[in-house]
Amino acid sequence: MDNLIALLVAAPLLGAAVLLCGGRRLDKTGHWLGTLLAGLSFVIGAVLFADMVGKGAEDRALHQRLFSWVPVEGFQADIAFQLDQLSMTFVLLITGVGTLIHVYSIGYMEHDERRRRFFGYLNLFLAAMLLLVLADNYLLLYFGWEGVGLASYLLIGFWQHKPSAATAAKKAFLVNRVGDMGLSIAIMLMFTTFGTFAFGPVLSSTGESSEGMMTAIGLMLLLAACGKSAQVPLQSWLGDAMEGPTPVSALIHAATMVTAGVYLIVRSADIFNAAPDAQLAVTVVGAVTLLFGAIVGCAKDDIKKALAGSTMSQIGYMILAAGLGPIGYAFAIMHLVTHGFFKAGLFLGAGSVMHGMNDEVDMRKYGGLRKYMPVTFVTFGLGYLAIIGFPGLSGFFSKDKIIEAAFAKGGTEGWILGGVALLGAAITAYYMTRVMLLTFFGEKRWQPAPDPDKAPGVEPGIEVHPGEMPHPHESPRSMTIPMILLAVGSVGAGAFFGIGDRFVKWLEPVTKFEHGHPPIGAAAITSATVAVMVIGVTVAYLQYGRRPVPVVAPRGSLLTRAARRDLLQDDFNHIVLVRGGEHLTRSLVYVDHTLVDGVVNGTAASVGGLSGRLRKLQNGYARSYAVSMFGGTAVLIAATLLMRAV
Amino acid sequence: MNPVNYLYLAALLFTIGAAGVLIRRNAIVVFMCVELMLNACNLAFVAFSRMHGNLDGQIIAFFTMVVAAAEVVVGLAIIVSLFRSRHSASVDDASLMKL
Amino acid sequence: MSQVVNAGFPILTATAAVPAIGAILTAAVPAARRTAAKWLALLVSLVTLALAAIVLVGFEPGGDRYQFVESHSWIKDFGVRYELGVDGIGVALIALTALLIPFVVLAGWHDADPLETKSSRWRPTQGFFALILAVEAMVILSFEATDVFLFYILFEAMLIPMYFLIGGFGDRAHAGSDENAAAQRSYAAVKFLLYNLVGGLIMLAAVIGLYVVAGNFSLTEIAEARASGQLEMATNTERLLFLGFFFAFAVKAPLWPLHTWLPNAMGEATAPVAVLITAVVDKVGTFAMLRFCLGLFPEASKWATPVIITLALISIVYGALLAVGQRDIKRLIAYASISHFGFIIMGIFAMTSQGQSGATLYMVNHGISTAALMLVAGFLISRRGSRLIADYGGVQKVAPVLAGTFLIGGLATLSLPGLAPFVSEFLVLVGTFARYPVAGIIATTGIVLAALYTLVLYQRTMTGPVKEEVRAMPDLRVRELAVVAPLIALLIFLGVFPKPLTDIVNPAVTHTMSDVQQKDPAPEVEAAK
Repeated sequence: MDNLIALLVAAPLLGAAVLLCGGRRLDKTGHWLGTLLAGLSFVIGAVLFADMVGKGAEDRALHQRLFSWVPVEGFQADIAFQLDQLSMTFVLLITGVGTLIHVYSIGYMEHDERRRRFFGYLNLFLAAMLLLVLADNYLLLYFGWEGVGLASYLLIGFWQHKPSAATAAKKAFLVNRVGDMGLSIAIMLMFTTFGTFAFGPVLSSTGESSEGMMTAIGLMLLLAACGKSAQVPLQSWLGDAMEGPTPVSALIHAATMVTAGVYLIVRSADIFNAAPDAQLAVTVVGAVTLLFGAIVGCAKDDIKKALAGSTMSQIGYMILAAGLGPIGYAFAIMHLVTHGFFKAGLFLGAGSVMHGMNDEVDMRKYGGLRKYMPVTFVTFGLGYLAIIGFPGLSGFFSKDKIIEAAFAKGGTEGWILGGVALLGAAITAYYMTRVMLLTFFGEKRWQPAPDPDKAPGVEPGIEVHPGEMPHPHESPRSMTIPMILLAVGSVGAGAFFGIGDRFVKWLEPVTKFEHGHPPIGAAAITSATVAVMVIGVTVAYLQYGRRPVPVVAPRGSLLTRAARRDLLQDDFNHIVLVRGGEHLTRSLVYVDHTLVDGVVNGTAASVGGLSGRLRKLQNGYARSYAVSMFGGTAVLIAATLLMRAV
Repeated sequence: MNPVNYLYLAALLFTIGAAGVLIRRNAIVVFMCVELMLNACNLAFVAFSRMHGNLDGQIIAFFTMVVAAAEVVVGLAIIVSLFRSRHSASVDDASLMKL
Repeated sequence: MSQVVNAGFPILTATAAVPAIGAILTAAVPAARRTAAKWLALLVSLVTLALAAIVLVGFEPGGDRYQFVESHSWIKDFGVRYELGVDGIGVALIALTALLIPFVVLAGWHDADPLETKSSRWRPTQGFFALILAVEAMVILSFEATDVFLFYILFEAMLIPMYFLIGGFGDRAHAGSDENAAAQRSYAAVKFLLYNLVGGLIMLAAVIGLYVVAGNFSLTEIAEARASGQLEMATNTERLLFLGFFFAFAVKAPLWPLHTWLPNAMGEATAPVAVLITAVVDKVGTFAMLRFCLGLFPEASKWATPVIITLALISIVYGALLAVGQRDIKRLIAYASISHFGFIIMGIFAMTSQGQSGATLYMVNHGISTAALMLVAGFLISRRGSRLIADYGGVQKVAPVLAGTFLIGGLATLSLPGLAPFVSEFLVLVGTFARYPVAGIIATTGIVLAALYTLVLYQRTMTGPVKEEVRAMPDLRVRELAVVAPLIALLIFLGVFPKPLTDIVNPAVTHTMSDVQQKDPAPEVEAAK
């Protein structure tokens, strides 16, 4: 069984290699090959899962060591895999959702001439993501970590001829690199502290080092998690990343890659357990992002960007839970999995809507679509109910547990975190209801398709005839079937995991678990959660369901305007980092040219000047040369005589 | 034997030669002055040779004469060709050897 | 001594003699037989590669420190000997050099072809390839020389062919007029020569000083005498000699603030020659730091470490920032190289096993990755006839393979895990961090900046709407693909499985560490294994 682990990674990697190097010959069949290999990976995962379930809880973890990666004196990094319950959960999520999205993409990318390459990139992503969650040491995790960053870069910028897509891709990679800096510093700290960075040795000896060191490592890991999971202050790339094709947004920027930060923190649980300050920082980041993403999500008119804000916010919940320690780890992962289902489903639904609406993304130009796209409407609606935490659906189970755990943190912190989480739930209900109402209800606000030359924001996957009114239609079956399956997951996963604490028990050997004791009863918290959800839905209904919606967004309040611009974070980045950086580099170029080079050129010029003057001695008159000869001889003789006299 | 007087004479001849080289412009005269300096040296060599009672100095004097003769051959040839090309034997006129 | 190589056969001399003789033969090919000269040069470089492979295979990592030793008296009166020998670091770099030259030759296939107006008596084609082979011979020999004087001569002599390569065969894609191009080219060539000559001159003084102090030029003898305490050096003498050597190597490497010749030289030279400069010739500088500075003057090296680490840090950040600000593709790559050389030097002087292994690997990996990026950039430039980034846009649409290989070269430059430079860069960072945490942390900003300049370059040239001028651009041809594909394969291979290289390098690093009498800092906690 151990030997199967490498195959999990190898299958999609093979697909990526074949599809990317294969050339045009594979244009016809490439997407099938890619989907097949993703499916193969899922089957292997399922086999391993079945095997794991059959074993006792404590000896479920598998190891496979392939070879030594960087064998250098005192520095051992192996290509070695570890499959425990936590990794298993991720493997199933990644390969399962991944395969569904491969299937969906077959239909979605049908008209794109570079579909083969798209599937190559998707397979590359799967391989890197699996490497990330299967690694048994931090350096290999870093390999996967950057690998998914690369895949994300390639896929966001898939329509490279759109300058906005190319810029968004670059931005995502750069912001992620800032986070990666944190991860590499964390690895270096581990190396100097423990002499190794394999999970086993590091995590089992956290107690032997100082708390200060653990806090430092924890904070650096948090920085890494912020970059990858789009948490404040490194969240700015996620909204722009929606430039990528919609299946990419669903797979990478909703279900899997962006949750890697949560994985990192939960995987490093022992480090955080030994560093309460770092844990506090994690909860603060989670709580701030939770609100930040939710507020941004309320103001966006672009359906994908509204969902991106929501993703940010939901990952905020997970990070918050992960910062709570053993009372929250399992719930963080549980919410991660349920979120994987419903958010992927929502994105695929959004893609389906765009598919039918000439790639229009502005929700103000939708409306009344429920009659035209029934399957999309139902699946999207179920995802919607799941995310707002409608009782019985999966989001209800996972989010409620997180809110409970936040209150259970105790003291003032507990009240603040719990309050924020509740407030977030209300806002979630509000913005998701808004999305729902704007898209599927109300009157038709459809607009003719823009000229693609004038509006470069149009996804070029689908042929668009300028000036044509959209005639929405249901998407092909390759797209609806994945949506239906994900909707089933959104409905049932929460109950399946939550009832009888099945999920918690599954993860307990890895993450440990403590029951939290909230200051108020669990039933009270649950009722409060449902209550705020109802409030959020009602407010949204009053605002968007009862009144006609203007096609052009009104100016809005100061907060709305700020939220539309991602709460001015981008403006800050632009002014401070981009402009400042430009000035810095430009002045450095000037300095290099004038000062550093100038010193050398100046030396050369002064030597030149001196020799110019010396040159005048060479006047060409033989007699003056003779004089200097005689003079020189005389001086030499005099010097010799003098030396002798002395 | 006391070489002092010979040396005085040699020094005098050398000085006359050196002064001629530095002052005169006519290449032929400069040339002759160079010969004068060489011969002043020869005189000193021979005087010392006599004083020490061996032949080393005289042998060197012969060498000098041979070298001087060779020099005359080359030098005069240069002067003649110089005179042909610019109709002057002044050393200052041939001042092109500068940067 | 290995079984593969017959004991007594001077394999090291052969690896240098083959390209040297090849250079002469190539130069002697008649003017009209231009193509024959190219094939001859390629053949010679491949034979050299085969010989280098024999050295690589025959080298026993666990054996003596210096292997394949050859020693003959040369200038008896001064104790100068023709003394060769390689350790693991030398073997790795010889392999790198021998590997890259065939690609350089192949990539430069048309760089020295006559312009149409010239007659058939055009000879520079032969000269171009002969000079490349001459550089190869001298570089290889300088990696082998264990006699300080012999090394010095080669260190200086390789400037001559490089000077002609830079000054005589410029990039034809030049913005200005022909005269302007020629003026810029000769400026770059003279600048290159002067910088390196000044460095070499100071080194010469130090070489003579070393002779006065030690009485001979043999690296092994001096190092042995120093280690056993037979040869005492006054502290100041040692420091001065160290500085003399280090200055020359820092110019060649190049280290901030002695770097300004590199962007000029790389910008004006043709892409293959630029690869020759940065991937091959500059490596002699960093190699010599490891072998001569640390080997001969361990105490002085430790004394100078703080300053050198600081300068290396400045190089890393400064080079990267300047790369961001460049408008010329080749100058951008040149500044990126300056940043990378900062990493190499930092790794060498961090004096940890990881740092030094990392620095050695970095030399090899940087050679391969820069060659890949620069050669593809050269193909791109030769198509459009401009070096300015702003003149490109949307190339990926018309030439996807070219864009893809360019991206992979760029990703290698920004040290993406899975590609070879990552392994070395991370080793250098870890090795530095273990001893100088602050320097390690500042250096990690280099990885963000590297992503910035690479991706900005890629974005501006390859993505966006297709520019009118690049619309007809052909994709990579077979010859060009034959240059790039093996380099990329090697980058991936060494990124995932660098063991063959580390096995060779590790023992040499252990020797160097014992030269400088340094031990790796022990971890704070002995983790449960």
